[in-house]
Amino acid sequence: MTQLALVIDLNVCVGCHACVTSCKEWNTSGTAGFLADENPYAKDPTGTFFNRVQTFEIGEFPNTETVHFPQSCLHCEDPPCVPVCPTGASYKREEDGIVLVDSEKCIGCSYCSWACPYGARELDENQKIMKKCTLCVDRIYDETLPEAERKPACVMACPTEARLFGDVDDPESEVATAIRESGGYQLMPEWGTKPANHYLPRRKASITIHEDELVRADNPLKKERKLPMPDEDDPTLDEITSW
Amino acid sequence: MHPAFSVIFLTTLIGAGQGLFLALYTGQLFSVFKLLPAQDPVNFYAYGGLLVLVLLVAGLFSSFFHLGRPERAWRSAAMWRTSWLSREVIVLPALMGTVAAWGLIHFLGWNPVLLTFRAGVEIDLSLLVGAIATLICFALFLCTGMIYACIKMLQEWATPLTVVNYTLFGAASGFMLATGFAAWQGTGLVNFYGGSAVVLTTLVFLTRAASLYRNSRLKHKSTLETAIGIRHAKIQQKAQGAMGGSFNTRHFFHGASPAKYRSIKWYFLVLVFPLPLLLVILGMTMQISGLLWAAFLVQYLGLLMERWFFFAQANHPQNLYYQTV
Repeated sequence: MTQLALVIDLNVCVGCHACVTSCKEWNTSGTAGFLADENPYAKDPTGTFFNRVQTFEIGEFPNTETVHFPQSCLHCEDPPCVPVCPTGASYKREEDGIVLVDSEKCIGCSYCSWACPYGARELDENQKIMKKCTLCVDRIYDETLPEAERKPACVMACPTEARLFGDVDDPESEVATAIRESGGYQLMPEWGTKPANHYLPRRKASITIHEDELVRADNPLKKERKLPMPDEDDPTLDEITSW
Repeated sequence: MHPAFSVIFLTTLIGAGQGLFLALYTGQLFSVFKLLPAQDPVNFYAYGGLLVLVLLVAGLFSSFFHLGRPERAWRSAAMWRTSWLSREVIVLPALMGTVAAWGLIHFLGWNPVLLTFRAGVEIDLSLLVGAIATLICFALFLCTGMIYACIKMLQEWATPLTVVNYTLFGAASGFMLATGFAAWQGTGLVNFYGGSAVVLTTLVFLTRAASLYRNSRLKHKSTLETAIGIRHAKIQQKAQGAMGGSFNTRHFFHGASPAKYRSIKWYFLVLVFPLPLLLVILGMTMQISGLLWAAFLVQYLGLLMERWFFFAQANHPQNLYYQTV
């Protein structure tokens, strides 16, 4: 089995929205038609995005932490949006687990968006069909691109490499290793959707330092002493090397 | 959820249509067993069937406004194995067809007796077609209710009470309409239909109150903690990724002020239950058919508000991601 997915490292994401703009730029030129962008420079701009970065504040001032949270379709292993679709436009690919919408079949009833607990699907204002992250399916298999670029546009754009892409079912893959070794988790596990995309938690590097480790208890050369410097005649541990 | 008028009209109109058919067929069935007087096949059953069809077609028509691409609506019959919406799309026209056949049989008088029992009970063709239509009618109630009840993420809807309420609301409003229709036809069925409407309205009051009580005590499974996967008691959203609105902010929030939201609940509780009950009982005792029609219209208006509230009350877990701009 192959299940392509993204692993998003919340420890690294700086919330720059590069993945958002890169996603929009690539997918607005996609085969399913452009992504709506209503009133982009006027009052109440709105439009279709496959990917959004949200910001959350954890804790209470002054002990707060800001978490930037990129959010897109999680390509669930058991996607609730697929069985509810009346036309079969919403489907999950057998070969790589990507959840897609057939733009020719979708009737725009929005029923799939009711079934998705993550709000990953958006009805396009212009085309009146449901749209969602395709994991850049028109990019990752494109053999005219150099192999290093056969990745989703968001992954290519991320300046901090917070986004990893690969097959989560392959235990040797970069994404599976990251999930396994860095505590990758799924969103809203309570619905049993088994999202393929995982998030890596915020991690803090901390070590315990005891007070005696900050001051050298044993200081034969009398270095790093507080001023004034000790008298030359003062005893030392080692008379010979004293100054 | 944002209440869509297309769906509000769809569910209330077909509900009333189904209920009216059940009322008409119950009348026919009872008359076969000599429990109620037989009615004129053309004026009562055929025109009644036509009224049912008008309601069903109006509901179907309104449902098209819910679709982004109505010209592709025919595709929605494809996934009946998994999707309740697809099943409804098949069952609704099936009901229309069977009700049309049932009405036509009455209208043309093409109603051969299929079976005769010893007690003089005759099973004719319309009774058989009507029985099939009744089954389809209940199947449609099940489909309509399950469209909402099967989505476990919308916990306010994910209960068998949803299906029960859709069925009983449809039946109550249909019998209410049948009361007015029977009075207009000058038949002796006014008290039978009126009495049934009173019983059904009382029943659905109990089941709707039960679902309101359930929802008021509902504990949502998803929280901001599970939504972003960070275990902390204090999480606050600071940005939702876009300054303007999006499909996510428009489609999943009812957008009404808290005062309006609360008032709609009380409006529907008054308009659907006590007021039509009063009107229909007064209409029956004073024999004023205008009051009987008014009972249906008031209840229908209330049902529109009930459906609005049904949608508005459902809290989608995706809203956790859209708490602040």
